Parts: sequence; structure tokens; C-alpha cells
Amino acid sequence: MSNKGLFGFKPDRSNYPEIDKDGKAILDLSSQKYTKLWLGPNHPGVTGNMAVELTISGDEVVEARTHVGYLHRGFEKLIERRLFVQGFPTSIRMCVAEPDTNEYLIAQCTEELSGYADKVPEMAVWLRTLVLELARLQGLLRGVPGQAGTFSLGIGVQWGVYLRDLILDRFEELTGARVYHMYIIPGGVRGLLPAGFKKRLEENLKEIDDFIVRIHQLMFNNSVFKKRSVGVGVIPKEWIDQYGIVGTTARASGVKRDVRKDNPYLVYDQLDFDPPTATDGDIYARTFVRWQELIQTVDLIRQIMAKMPAKGDIRAKMPNVLHWRIPKGETYVRLESGRGEYGMYYVTDGSDKPRRINLRGPSYTHGIALLERMLVNANIADVHAIMVSLQVCPPEIER
Amino acid sequence: MNIKDVFTPFTTWSKVVKDPVTIKNPIGREAAPRYRGFHKNDVEACIGCGTCEAICENKAIDLVPYKDPVSGDSGLRPRIDYGRCCWCALCVDICTTNSLSLTNEYTWVDTDPDNFIFTPGVDKKSWDDKKDGWKKPVPNYHFYGQTRVPMGELHAHERIDSFVEFIKGYSKQQAEEEADRCVGCGICTATCPAHMGIPEYIKAIRNDDMEEGLRILYETNPLPEICGRICTHKCEDVCSVGVNGDPLSIRWLKRYIADQIPADTDKYNDILVTKDIKQNNKKVAIIGSGPSGLSAAYYLALLGYSVKIFEKLPQAGGMMRYGIPEYRLPYDQIDKDINYILSVGVEIEYNVTVGKDITLEQLHKDYDAVFAGTGLHLGRSTRIAGSDHPNVYQSVDLLRDIVKEVPVPVERKIVVIGGGNVAMDITRSMARLQMKKFGEVNIITTSLEDEAHMPADREEIVEAREEGCTIIPGYGPQEIIIEDNKVKGLKVWKCLSIFDEDRRFNPKFDASDERIFEGDMVIESIGQGMDISYLSEDFKKDLEFDPRGRVKTNDRFQSSLPWLFLGGDIIQGPDVIHGIANGHIAAQGIDDFLFGNKS
Repeated sequence: MSNKGLFGFKPDRSNYPEIDKDGKAILDLSSQKYTKLWLGPNHPGVTGNMAVELTISGDEVVEARTHVGYLHRGFEKLIERRLFVQGFPTSIRMCVAEPDTNEYLIAQCTEELSGYADKVPEMAVWLRTLVLELARLQGLLRGVPGQAGTFSLGIGVQWGVYLRDLILDRFEELTGARVYHMYIIPGGVRGLLPAGFKKRLEENLKEIDDFIVRIHQLMFNNSVFKKRSVGVGVIPKEWIDQYGIVGTTARASGVKRDVRKDNPYLVYDQLDFDPPTATDGDIYARTFVRWQELIQTVDLIRQIMAKMPAKGDIRAKMPNVLHWRIPKGETYVRLESGRGEYGMYYVTDGSDKPRRINLRGPSYTHGIALLERMLVNANIADVHAIMVSLQVCPPEIER
Repeated sequence: MNIKDVFTPFTTWSKVVKDPVTIKNPIGREAAPRYRGFHKNDVEACIGCGTCEAICENKAIDLVPYKDPVSGDSGLRPRIDYGRCCWCALCVDICTTNSLSLTNEYTWVDTDPDNFIFTPGVDKKSWDDKKDGWKKPVPNYHFYGQTRVPMGELHAHERIDSFVEFIKGYSKQQAEEEADRCVGCGICTATCPAHMGIPEYIKAIRNDDMEEGLRILYETNPLPEICGRICTHKCEDVCSVGVNGDPLSIRWLKRYIADQIPADTDKYNDILVTKDIKQNNKKVAIIGSGPSGLSAAYYLALLGYSVKIFEKLPQAGGMMRYGIPEYRLPYDQIDKDINYILSVGVEIEYNVTVGKDITLEQLHKDYDAVFAGTGLHLGRSTRIAGSDHPNVYQSVDLLRDIVKEVPVPVERKIVVIGGGNVAMDITRSMARLQMKKFGEVNIITTSLEDEAHMPADREEIVEAREEGCTIIPGYGPQEIIIEDNKVKGLKVWKCLSIFDEDRRFNPKFDASDERIFEGDMVIESIGQGMDISYLSEDFKKDLEFDPRGRVKTNDRFQSSLPWLFLGGDIIQGPDVIHGIANGHIAAQGIDDFLFGNKS
């Protein structure tokens, strides 16, 4: 609900919660003015993977505490106990929304530390870029209409999921799997484009072009969507550096931050694109930036398909994967995922397994610290919308 | 916000008239041709190397018995637990035989969870005949090196006029690169007659731990410098990496380890901890200092036996010294291995022929046990017309004379009969002597077997040709042509088949395809026979013989005279590694015989 409340009625809450002398809210549950409400962690969907402990007064949140740990599977530790080549099938589970980003990070980290980064064949580099952009595209096809879904506007989600399935079809024929692609491997990738791929992909992109127009009509020219998203969940520009906000979330608040531009990797320096920005910093702005990014991603995929070499090797000549040892070293590799800067810190000690892996995803700050701050004074009905608008992905918080 | 925002969303209704996008039969949907679905395995192509098990990150794969192991096939096949599998297909990507693949089948409904643990190819599944699915990616996608690190060698024109060793050996970088290709399956170990710890010593090379490598070599083989040069490397024939690529250079890697340790017996004794061996006051006599005799002597000496070898020739090594040319196996390398064996307390008495200078009875009386590894030193004749001419020689005699520095007759044109490694040895040795004497090579070697079936190692044939020798396989000798009491050449007929239906040696010839190979001397190299005249009639009556005239022994090379053990070429082989293996096993057999430890 917007700040005006139902039928324009706005309750006077100026006196509570009362503030103590340290500036903290006095939340005395026994006063019966406040209620505890738990959001999650019993839900299988994204917003329910973690718990948000809400203290509410009426239908307004007065305090929010985020609780993680329900989803922890120890993936980093599992990878630390596997050979370098065995890491990528596990890594993809760290973020289901865009699994390929994990594969790329593992591959790039091992290649950098072992001195093979510049030996990856050009064909493989282009295919990696293509796969990462396709991953971004399928994420946005779910994410953009998904924002409307949090306002119970489900029709766009249905369109988006159908189109995402078409992209998953392309993933299936290129990588051999629909969701967990396991395609980017240290040294290169695991297959060339199948015959006819480009034509089928272009057909899908045409459908997505149509979807982009329709979703604009459905969401951004929609009184309900506007009423629920404009001025809600505002992130002021000053918070961006304070909280380490990245990606489209930062760009919607007027800070142009995109690893693809700031620190180009793969072939992004050969592609023509300009990350979209907005200034309002509310849910509407963030969703609109993502919608623009959807247009840009489709364009990037077309650019990649046009510029990609026709054939070539897919994997560098590497040491035997069973005995591959990487000299002592450490590195941090990052990329621009659909949710923002997504990085991996990777330490090797000269053995055949990584010494330490640490994944740093945007959800860690967006979903824990920033969310706690943003939910204060929000309406209960907007909690999901705010959380989704930050693109919080709990599996990536709890590797 | 304006009134337009209220009505625009209704444009969604235009979709109502479109066909639904849902698939009518999602279960029957065919997955993409590259889809990673259920496993299938061509169990006949699979050799059970277990690399799939090694690379599986979820430990979903176990190798389970499928059939009896044979050389080059462990007899095991991968069993997959679908409770653990994540369908990453790393097992397919590393498969050495390309037998394992994934189909694009992905639905499987079953009420018994245990059924989801299955052995593809053995447990028949409906998708076994499916063609589509994940296969090893192409192009140039390999999880281990496919091509062998080339071995440096002297060019033919650099080596043809001398007996200098022409194989240069690997450098550290080359050896480590070659060692990296090993997948560690151990199929080589099972095939090696001595069951050497091949993956383990290759690992020692990767770890640059030569002392550990040497320790592993000596666990099963006390002649690594020798074997590292001239082993018949049956291991390489079965190497799983060789199924789709070049097999590992196992022999050269073994040589690399041995070459890194200086020829210093003290150093060897330190590394192998063979100083001050506790003696057990038992004595063993060994007849012949060939590979089996030296191997038995070494392992007996380690067990504390007082060992004495009786050698007919002036130097130790048997056929390794007197049969294999110096360009393949330099004498200093033979000495390096033998000196270390001597340093652990083995004694050798040279120029003593058992049966002539000392009898076997005497040895039996003086020693607690006797091991005989007397080898095959008698040349076999073709017995064709003219083969009794004095200018017709036996290869083993000539090779021995070259080592003994006895002048060897060398003619301008030489014909060699034989297609085995010894034939190649004499061909290439005589070629060198021709080059030294006449400045040119003119030698023809012919064999019954055709090119594809010649028993000699391929590289020997190739190298001989590089050196200017002419090798004409597929012809059978009919007559040595003699004019004016001089050898003029060899008449041969095209060989159609060598064995008859009963697999008996019974060559068939095509007399219409006759050729004459001109030559001033002919050398026969069609196999060797044994001289076991030291076994007197008294002993022979108590011994059993097989149809080929070999003494029958048990699995520990013990004859029916319990104190007499026999091994090497007279029992198995013929080659060095079988001799080494026989000697090692016989040493354990002798120890068990004398100390009653039958375990």
C-alpha cells in the first residue's frame, strides 16, 4: 500500500514506537501494541528460503530482522574437497537463478591461478559470454514480470516463464541441460553451437521482443502496479556505497555500476551497450531498469551471435584433470550477474584442490543488512515486493 | 498516473484468442540430442579402467565385477547410483574408451529405490539402443594428453656407424609432461608380468620424488635401467590412455627415474635401505646371471640368503648383455643395475659352466636350494637346403661374439631370416658393422609373417628401415643358394599362411611368387632353443616336462625336485620382464620352501 493508506486514512503513529535515549525503538510486546510476524523460512520460493522476523504495529513494519542459516549446504566446503575440475557441478547450486555465473567464476579463478587464462580458445570465450547473457535473459524473463507477481499480477509471470522455457530449450540443446547447465569448464566450454541453433534462438528472441512491448503495457502503464511501486522501497543514492549495493539496484538509484563496463571481462569490451539507469530508486525504477536491461540483453545476444567465430577449439590444452595442481595463490574474480556484481575469492595452496573458496554475491548485503533497513515503516503487503525488488536470492547468501 | 494506466492492462486480453503455448504431452517430449539423461555403457568396448569412478565428484560410480579380468581389461564395469549422480557427465568426458555415454532419455519410474543403482550395459534398460544423448565433446576437448611426448633420438645417419645409444631419454620437463597423461587406472600393473607399481612410480615423477620412484621400481624389479630401455612393455600395449591416443611411455618413464639416480651403490643402498641385511645362514645357488637369475638373487639376498650365481660367460647379464646390442642397452647401464645387486651381497662366479665345471649334484649338496635361469642361447636353424653352409650363421652366436669383441664376419650383402626382435637386433648390428667396414648398408631381412603380424616391436622395424635396412615381410625361406661353395642368396616363396586349422605351425607358400634375395652370408634368427644339459639323467627322471621340452614347475617355479627352481626364458617368455618376475616369485618360493612358510 502506498503511504497514504487505505481510503486515504493514515493512522497517527507519531508516538510509537517510542524511542529511547539511544535512539532505538522501544518495542515492548507486552504492551500489545506490537505483533511478531515471521516471513519464512518455511516457504520453498525465493522469498521464503530465509526468515524475516517482522515486528509490526497494525499493518506497518516497525522493525525487521533477517535470519539466514536454514538453507546452508556448505557448498564452498564441498568444493574445497574436490579436484579443480570437479567444482563446477557443485558450484551451480550456489545460485539457481543464474547458475552459469558460478561455473564461469570457478573456471576463471582456476585459469587465472594456473596461468591458463589467456589460453582459453576464442570460440570458448564467445560461448561463455553467450551463455552468461542467456542466463541473464532467462533470469530477467522471470524477474521483471515477477515483480508484478508480488502484487498478485500473475499474468506477466506466466508469459515470462513460457519464454524462459524457450531459452531453456536453447540451453538444453547447447549445454545438455535446462537449468543446471554445467557447461563452462576450466579451460573452456563443453560444446559448440548445434546446427540451426542461431535460427531457433532468433525465433525465440522475436517472441521476447513482443513480450517486452506487452509487459510494458501490462506493468509500466498499469495503475495498480504504479500505485504499489512508485515511491515504495526507496533506496537513496547515499546508501549505495554505505551498503555496497550493486547492479540494477544501484543503477536505479542513479549510480552507474556495471562490472561489464567498469572491469570488462570475456568479450564485453567488443560489444556495444550502455547499462540503463534511473534516479528514483524505488521499486518502479528498479523494475523499469531491469525491463530496459531485458531489451539490452536481447540486443547483446544478437550482437554476440553476429560477431562470434563460426568454429574453433572449445577447450585449451590443459594438464590431466585428475592430477591438476595449481600453484599457491589467491584471486578475486567478479562478473555482472543479473543481480549485480557477483564475485569469487579463490585460494590455492599448490595442491590438487582449492584451499578456500568464498562466494560474494549481491544478496549478502541486499538481503540481510539493506532489507532490514528498508522494511522499517513498510506495509506488510509490500515486504515481498521490496525483497523481490532487491533480487534477494537466499541460496547465494548461504553457500 | 492517468486514466490510460487503468485501461492499458486490458490489452492483455488480446492473448485470449491465441493458441495455448503448453505442450500437450510433456512426458513424451524428446529431449535435445545433447541432453544429459540416463547412462549407457558399451560393456564390450569398456575396459573397466575406472577413470569414471575417479572423476565422479559425488562418488556415485563404483566399479563392480562383470567378467573375469584379462590382460587389458579389469573385468569391472561402472555401476551408478542415481541417488548420488548429478548428471554432470564428467565420467563421459574422461572415459578412455568412449564406451560410456548419456542418452537423452530422462523419465524412469520405479517403485523399488534400489533399482536406481544399476550397471549400464549390464542391467538392460529401454534406452540402451538410443543414439542421441551426451557424448564426449569435440573438437580438441581432452581431459588428459592424447599424444606422447616425443622421445629424442639420434638421427639414422648419426647412429648407423656406431653402437652408441641412440635414445636420448626424457628431460625432467618431458618426463613430467608425459607422466601427467597417466590416468592411474592400473591396468598396466595387472598386465606387467612383474606387476610393477606403474601408476605409483609415474606419480613419483609428477611429484619429482625420484627416490620414492626408485623404491617403487625395486619393489618388483631390480633391473630398472635395463628394463627402462629394452622391456617389451606389455604395459603400454594395454594402457587405457592408448585406447584413444598414444599409450603412456611407461618404459621411458621408468628409465627416467633410474637415470636420475647416480651410479653409486652407496646411494642406492641408502635410498633402498639395503645395508646390513640380517643373514639367515641359508645358501642358494643360481645358475645363470640373466634377468631371472639376478632377480632371484637380489630378492633372496634381501631376505638374508647367501647367494652365489654361476655364470658361464665372462660377464654378468646373460642375454641382456650378450643378446641385446649396445645401441639399445649400453653396457654401463647393465653394470649400474648389476653392481647394485652385487652390493647387497650377491656373489657371481664367472666362466663356470654348470654341468661341465661343476655339477648340479654338487650344487645340490653344497646349497640349500638351486635356481636355474639359463635362458635360450642356442640358435635354431631353418634346416632348409644350404643352411649347413659355414657362411650361414645363427644370430645369437654373432650377437654374443660382438659383445665378446670376437671378430665377426661381415659381408657386403647380408640376408637375415626372421621377424622378431632378435632378427631386428642382428639386422641393425650387422648394418652398423657393414657401415663401418664398407661405408654402406646392404642387408635384407625377411620373415614369414606379413608386415602387420611381425613379432618385432613396430619401432624396431621402423628404426631398422631408417638405418637403411631392407625389410621384406611375408616370405618363407626355401633354399640357400650356393654356387662354387659360396653363399649367393636366399630363395623365398610368398607365405600364404603360417598356421593350419589346428593352430599348428604349418606354413603354406605360393611357389609362383618366388624371389631371390642376394647375399654373401645368411643369418638365421628364427628363435632360440635352450641348453639344459646340466640336468643329468638322474635328475631328469624325477622331473616332468611339457610338450615343448620345458621343465614343468608350479606357480612358484618350483620343479618336482623341491630344491630346484627354474625360471626365465626356459620356462616363460622369452623376454626380460618375465624373467625378472619369475626370479622374484621363485625367491619367495625358495624362502617358503626353506622356512616352511606356505602362506
